[in-house]
Amino acid sequence: MRKPTFSMGGVHPHDNKISRECAIQPLPLAPVVYISVAQHIGAPSVPCVAVGDKVKVGQVIAEPGGFVSAYIHSSVSGTVKSIGPRPDLAGRPSTHIEIAVEGDEWLEGIDTTDTLITTLPEDNKATVEKIKLGGVVGLGGATFPTHVKLSPPPGSKCERVIINGCECEPYLTSDFRTLLEKGEQVVVGAAILRKVMGDVPCTIAIEENKPEAIAHIKEVIAKLGYEGIEVMSMKMRYPQGGEKQLIDAVMHRQVGSGALPISVGAVVQNVATALAVYDAVQKNKPIVDNSVTVTGECFPKQANLLVRVGTPLRYIVDYLGGVPENAAKIISGGPMMGRAVANLDAATVKGTGALLFLTEEQTRRAPESNCIRCGKCADACPMGLEPFLLVRLSRAKDVEALEANAAQDCIECGCCLYSCPAHIQLLDSIRIGKGSVLGAIRARAAAAKAAAEAAKK
Amino acid sequence: MSTLIVSPSPHIHSKDSTKSLMRDVVIALVPAIICSVIFYGWQELLVLGVSVASCVLLEWAITKYMLKQPSTVGDLSAVITGILLALNLPYTTPWWMVFIGAVVAIGVAKMTFGGIGQNIWNPALVGRVFLLVSFPTYMTSWSQPQGLFGVDAVSGPTPLGTIQEGLMQGSTVQELTASFNYKDLLFANLGGSAGEVCALALLAGFVYLCVRRVIKPWITLSIFATVALTSLIFWGIDPARFTDPLFNLLTGGLILGACFMATDYVTSPMSLWGGVIFGVGIGFLTMMIRYFGSYPEGVSFAILIMNSVVPLLNMWFKQKKFGRK
Amino acid sequence: MTSTIIWTIAVVTVLGLVLALVLYLVAQKFKVEEDPRIDEVEKVMPGANCGGCGFAGCRAFAEAAVKAPNLDKNYCPVGGNDTMAKVAAILGYEVKAKAPMVAVVRCNGTCEARPRVNDYDGYASCVVKSTLYTGDTGCAFGCLGCGDCVNACQFGALSMDPVTGLPVVDEEKCTACGSCVKACPKFIIELRPKGPRGMREFVSCVNKDKGPVAKKACANACIGCGICAKTCTHEAIVVENNVAYIDPAKCKLCRECEAMCPTNAIHGVNFPKPLDKEAVKARIKERQLKAKEAANA
Repeated sequence: MRKPTFSMGGVHPHDNKISRECAIQPLPLAPVVYISVAQHIGAPSVPCVAVGDKVKVGQVIAEPGGFVSAYIHSSVSGTVKSIGPRPDLAGRPSTHIEIAVEGDEWLEGIDTTDTLITTLPEDNKATVEKIKLGGVVGLGGATFPTHVKLSPPPGSKCERVIINGCECEPYLTSDFRTLLEKGEQVVVGAAILRKVMGDVPCTIAIEENKPEAIAHIKEVIAKLGYEGIEVMSMKMRYPQGGEKQLIDAVMHRQVGSGALPISVGAVVQNVATALAVYDAVQKNKPIVDNSVTVTGECFPKQANLLVRVGTPLRYIVDYLGGVPENAAKIISGGPMMGRAVANLDAATVKGTGALLFLTEEQTRRAPESNCIRCGKCADACPMGLEPFLLVRLSRAKDVEALEANAAQDCIECGCCLYSCPAHIQLLDSIRIGKGSVLGAIRARAAAAKAAAEAAKK
Repeated sequence: MSTLIVSPSPHIHSKDSTKSLMRDVVIALVPAIICSVIFYGWQELLVLGVSVASCVLLEWAITKYMLKQPSTVGDLSAVITGILLALNLPYTTPWWMVFIGAVVAIGVAKMTFGGIGQNIWNPALVGRVFLLVSFPTYMTSWSQPQGLFGVDAVSGPTPLGTIQEGLMQGSTVQELTASFNYKDLLFANLGGSAGEVCALALLAGFVYLCVRRVIKPWITLSIFATVALTSLIFWGIDPARFTDPLFNLLTGGLILGACFMATDYVTSPMSLWGGVIFGVGIGFLTMMIRYFGSYPEGVSFAILIMNSVVPLLNMWFKQKKFGRK
Repeated sequence: MTSTIIWTIAVVTVLGLVLALVLYLVAQKFKVEEDPRIDEVEKVMPGANCGGCGFAGCRAFAEAAVKAPNLDKNYCPVGGNDTMAKVAAILGYEVKAKAPMVAVVRCNGTCEARPRVNDYDGYASCVVKSTLYTGDTGCAFGCLGCGDCVNACQFGALSMDPVTGLPVVDEEKCTACGSCVKACPKFIIELRPKGPRGMREFVSCVNKDKGPVAKKACANACIGCGICAKTCTHEAIVVENNVAYIDPAKCKLCRECEAMCPTNAIHGVNFPKPLDKEAVKARIKERQLKAKEAANA
């Protein structure tokens, strides 16, 4: 039987899950952490502590700065040293709260035991509020505040919750380890999510290269006896974990251009997010740590670490023996969509899922040559776009034509650049084109709104 | 580690490169090369050598001295043009004529447009057609294959040429095809340009390219289907005037053209349906030229004509976009 | 033979005449009534269609200029005052002469002055690079060195200096159309008045970081120390957001600030003599001493 997968495009990079046998271990506390107030999509949070304040683990240190925003909690106990700009991993200054670590004292009310609580809370509204207070954001990479996703706009109805355990990016294993080691918690988290969305069915999607995880989760579901949760074994293919692609694969429904998953009745949450939901709802424990895969062929000490939010990257790397000599690039995230680290002094954020070390040979781009019109980029595009055309239009700054050719639909998965035999840096240019199209769309919407208001008057 | 590399995602690349794809095409052509050398002998090797060497040298010289750009010879595309040009010529072609073909193929059809990826027409075919219209006598009179170690060279026309001439003299197709044996066509026992001689060797290369996912089979298959269907209809109407489908599939460089020339990345459409229309066009035009044209053989012209409409096909036939109607 | 030639000539001639007539009639029928002055104005324009004036091209400029009640909003930076005088003559307008401008690169973070901490490996475009991170050096404000400005320039007036890694403006070719200003994602390039005989003084840095941070990232950075502003006797220099700016309208080209700048971030160009820093410093010191004495007295 053919395993389910998305309907168009995609590539098959070697999965390189070399750290799959490494159990998740807690990283010793760093002497000082830097917690960014912009760890999520949406408005940055507003610090609510002052320099000199004593804080405990799990204490709120920044409050949401808007509807689409999130609470931020202290990941350590200690004293607030400073609040001010500090370069993030791209070198851009953004506001960080610096906390000097003193001991490891947790806020009262947080259940730090390992006891599994399987009884689901009755009141859905209270559950969503708890998720919001726990600062839960999508940990699959986009860091979209989860409570916003769980409050669908009026008129839309959720029909299925999908728990994304694809981990289709090569190298990454933190979700896999989470499924293996915290399978019970993830399943309870999934049960909470499906209950909140109105007792809809729930699918936990896992790619076939993780058979242990698939078997384990099936066992756990049977043991805990939850109704309406199933495990789906997916074909291995990148970008299966893309939200639109996963919905296509599981539900055979395609989310339209510019639309949200809820428009086709789907809510997708990552495995790590499901775990965070469990922690927030059942244990009152906000997001203070997350599991980070540290890997790469040139990195001698593979590891999956439980890292407190705000830990400097350099501290993690030094703990594992420092940056190897032949490492040329460090990536925060996977090799397909992760971001290159320009500044190793930056600190982790909630969404940091991996630190990947690549050698010059693995990552250095070959020089661009002429397009040979092989069409491999178009074959690889999971959104059915024509990257070869978009790159030309983008470099010619033809915004109108870019929009007509759906540049705004690009999900920046990198399949086009990955597969281009002429090594044309397709995505680099398409991203710029997409940005200008989205800008034009926004400008148009603003103009239309202004015109409508003017007409009212 | 002194400085960290920073680049936009993705950070890894597949092993494909222009060179690796072209290398696969060269490998796919090896059986046909071996076949033609075995059947035609050392003279064919000379044609191949001159053709490949002049194509590569010309491209190198043009990029270096005229365009003053980094050389693109390394991508092996000139080698392919050279091989295809040679396989399209009779093994008796004098070396200087092969050289002229190469000048037209690389100099006019490829580099004038800006080199690899920019040309509108398949360079090897442009070279071949240029020679065909400039030196028709050389190009249409083939010698019977004499074998690698054979001595008896018998001069004579190709199967299609025989039919065309025979029909003009009032013979019927049945009388004329009686002298051909399909097994001979399949195993390369008849006169023709080098690449026309061994269908099996060419098909093996085609299968290799499909298996390696270098090309997709739709264009080739639609050419075969169209040629078969068109000739089936005409043959059904009047078997005395029109040749049968199998004969048409196996003769006149159709297999070489359909497998290696029509599927050239640069000069073929990118989408599936664009490719199918492209193939149907080539198949139909080939049959029209064969049945009603003055040249016995129409694959080259058909491909070149369809090459010209590729930009239109690329514009009209786009793949479906995700989540859009 | 002869008749063939005669017939050929006759047929071609008649054909030509008939077609000429048809073309003439068609041209008459579809003639668009246009202000003839648009054509005249367009003729005196430089014809570069660079868009530096804010219109789509020279024709669009001419159309706008003819319709406009005066020439206040229509100025061709490429043609400059000469062209505008001609345009004004055609249209019968007054035109205010403007000081000729030139593009100035306000970054002197050469490869030598700015230690590299990263190595960019992507599409060679400053826009792409700037969306990704702050650049290969510790300076988050300086030139990214991918040459978007060079590509934007239609007059070939910009080029990248391979030694410094910074763009260089060819003053002869620069028309001050402003394409480079728009192309630079770091807002480094500024259009400034060319100055008398090309002499001008400017701060070649836009780093808004605090002094020590800026200094660590680049030896040539403006550290916002304010010495220049204190030295200036013409109130031409303002220090805002840790970076100094010289107002060209007020600058008297005395070069005192240039002599006093501790990081050599202030540049003076096209001066006939090289700056004798020590002499200027001594002069300033003397003046300040006198002022002090006067104040004491």
